[in-house]
Amino acid sequence: MSEQVAEKTCTCAEKFNGTLQAIFDRYPREESSLIMVLQDVQEELNWLPPEAINCVAENLNVPKAKVQGVATFYRAFSLEPRGKKLVKVCMGTACHVRGAGMLVDELERRLEVNAGKGMSPDGEFSLETVNCVGACAMAPAIVVGENYYANMGPDKLKRLLNKERES
Amino acid sequence: MSASTVTFSSIDALHKRAAKVKAEQEKHSMEVLVCAGPGCIAQGAKEIYQVITDKLDEHKTALKKKKLEVGVQLVSKCTGCHGMCEAGPVVTLEPSHHFYTHVTAKNAGDIVEKAILEGEIIEKLLYHQEARKGGNTVKRYTDIPFYALQNRIALRNVGVVDPLDLDDYLAHDGFKAIAKALTSMTPEEVADEVEKSGLRGRGGAGFPTGRKWKSALRVKKDRVWVICNGDEGDPGAFMDRAIMEGDPYSVIEGMLLGAYALGATEGYIYVRHEYPLAVKHLQLAIEKMTAAGLLGDKILGTDFSFHLKLTRGGGAFVCGESSALMRSIEGKVGEPRAKYVRSVEKGLHDEPTVLNNVETWTCIPAIIHKGASWFSSLGSKTSKGTKAFSLVGKVKHTGLVEVPMGRTLREIIFDIGGGIIDDRPFKAVQTGGPSGGCLPIDKLDLPVDFDTLAKAGAMMGSGGMIVMDDRTCMVDVAKYFINFLIGESCGKCVPCREGLRQVYDLLDKITRGDGEMDDIDKIEALCHTMEVASLCALGKSAPYPVTSTIQYFREEYEEHIRDHKCRAGVCKPLIKYHINKDCTGCLVCKRQCPVEAISGEKKKLHIIDQDICTTCGICMEVCNFDAVDIISGGVTVTQQLEKAAK
Repeated sequence: MSEQVAEKTCTCAEKFNGTLQAIFDRYPREESSLIMVLQDVQEELNWLPPEAINCVAENLNVPKAKVQGVATFYRAFSLEPRGKKLVKVCMGTACHVRGAGMLVDELERRLEVNAGKGMSPDGEFSLETVNCVGACAMAPAIVVGENYYANMGPDKLKRLLNKERES
Repeated sequence: MSASTVTFSSIDALHKRAAKVKAEQEKHSMEVLVCAGPGCIAQGAKEIYQVITDKLDEHKTALKKKKLEVGVQLVSKCTGCHGMCEAGPVVTLEPSHHFYTHVTAKNAGDIVEKAILEGEIIEKLLYHQEARKGGNTVKRYTDIPFYALQNRIALRNVGVVDPLDLDDYLAHDGFKAIAKALTSMTPEEVADEVEKSGLRGRGGAGFPTGRKWKSALRVKKDRVWVICNGDEGDPGAFMDRAIMEGDPYSVIEGMLLGAYALGATEGYIYVRHEYPLAVKHLQLAIEKMTAAGLLGDKILGTDFSFHLKLTRGGGAFVCGESSALMRSIEGKVGEPRAKYVRSVEKGLHDEPTVLNNVETWTCIPAIIHKGASWFSSLGSKTSKGTKAFSLVGKVKHTGLVEVPMGRTLREIIFDIGGGIIDDRPFKAVQTGGPSGGCLPIDKLDLPVDFDTLAKAGAMMGSGGMIVMDDRTCMVDVAKYFINFLIGESCGKCVPCREGLRQVYDLLDKITRGDGEMDDIDKIEALCHTMEVASLCALGKSAPYPVTSTIQYFREEYEEHIRDHKCRAGVCKPLIKYHINKDCTGCLVCKRQCPVEAISGEKKKLHIIDQDICTTCGICMEVCNFDAVDIISGGVTVTQQLEKAAK
């Protein structure tokens, strides 16, 4: 790993105003911190821009290819910019049998966005399907940020989006 | 005084503190438990907690006069425990077990002023036997069948203790087991006790926990790791979530006992990132225990040391597989490896590792505290103890159910779960997540344990139990699971990676109405290959949702192919929405239709333009007169379903 050709200066540090530095300081600088670091970076920046991936690679002394590999393997990471709010439609089995698929179709139509890809034209929302948020009693469930919406139906989505737009 | 300020220098100090806390709690003549699960929080549980504390303060003197000492707690209770998230926020009064639902900030004061001070029962906040339909009200939760028929071991503290308060855990026999082990048991005796209890891994495979520990003890090593698998990935299962959120100390105490038995000094808890509250509660529990001298070097003044770290997962289902999970902790891509390398010999960092699931770890303190024979007296012949299930889907009382092994599916679904929503016909129950299968009505009397379910073509898995009614399409369910697994297959081995895709294409073809009869044979052949040739359990068990639905619901597959009919009215390309003569012309569906496919005037029959309609189903959802039908294969399936339901 030490043969890795590192760039001479870490230009990325400036770009992110040192916010990433604080994250690196939280963990031991080794490969085993990689997933945690990427999670925190994503929380900070809302997605993982290529520069941030380079920055993580350099600071943890892990090859870029490996960082890229991990970032693409795990669902939690987004390699493209996301909207201000992330609408997560639970696709657990309980939600599926209670009609979660209809929610995704309807949200894609309303937000003009594909699930798991890009953001709505106004930049407000990204749409994602998740494998069970463990709120099966509330099925079908939608999570936006920290808000849980229970017993959703396609007819309730307009109100949900309006509420989230306002808050 | 918060526990974090107390450090226990000895086991005696721990016992003393526990006795003190217990005595203090016993002084309370009443406890108010406010549910703090995400469902109740979303509906204002924190506000209610505030109102109740304020009101108690306001009526301090009156309470004193009546010699009432009231403790108030926010407990993580709602998360599915009773599936009353929809009836939330929930407030429980102890020791009377009075149970109030749909509490609001406005009427929370009544609980103090009427229920506590005057001893009244607040009729309008009671639980209704037939949720939301009127019917009999029940005063005590112990009288609700959903609770009364359960036997909670793994879930013993969930909804009972304050998950953030170490003192409260102490007051509920917390850390008694580790104190007992450290004072009167050798590490071997702890492992023996676990083996004797007959406990089998609750994560899915059902491997005997004691045997795993014993084989780890036989491996020569410098260091051994213990890991808690909290990557509960099965969709429709949330037992582990409830335990981690509601009773984090029990999980860690279990790990302490495991570490003591195995001579481990370091360990990890791996939690899914989809469970932010579980991460928070476990992290706080670790911090508090470290401050209290229950984690770290020289625990409770003995020579036993154990360091515990929490790792968040990255959202990959395959990381629930033990070898993939260990790679993930190392910061790598979570790819499983071949099974002949045993993790008790070469696990995390290629060192001996013992990994158990959250529920398994939680059972350990109870076993050590109450003894192996107590635990093994429960359950069936080959599966001992109790098992927590998450009973979800089209069942009346969704929630977590813990029963002794060997209860029948019927008892769980109908006696505890109250049967199917709206009393529709039962069609199937899916157990074991994406590795399990669907069982039809004639299997309802099977006793639920590891071996019986496996024999019937399903598996117990981690305990997800998804109930399906006649409005669930079994081909669609099979397609759903295969689609899930395509997204989650790590892609390392060909049978799983390519097999899943091919099976999906064939299933999709069938649900589009383009299937041919020999597609079913092709699917079966592919499934067989995946089962024998895949590298890890994900691929090997991936076919079960498909093979079990073909085995038990073959005629539904054939109907899709032959008649282009989806009898449940689910598969979109095969259905049409149609407005029947019951339409009153109320304009509701017309207004709600997102694509303006409905035409019609007030008080006149509406019509759906099939060329524009996207079959989103909103019109059916909003219609108050049951005037929207689903037509599939030339038959009005909604009418057929109603007839069959009667």
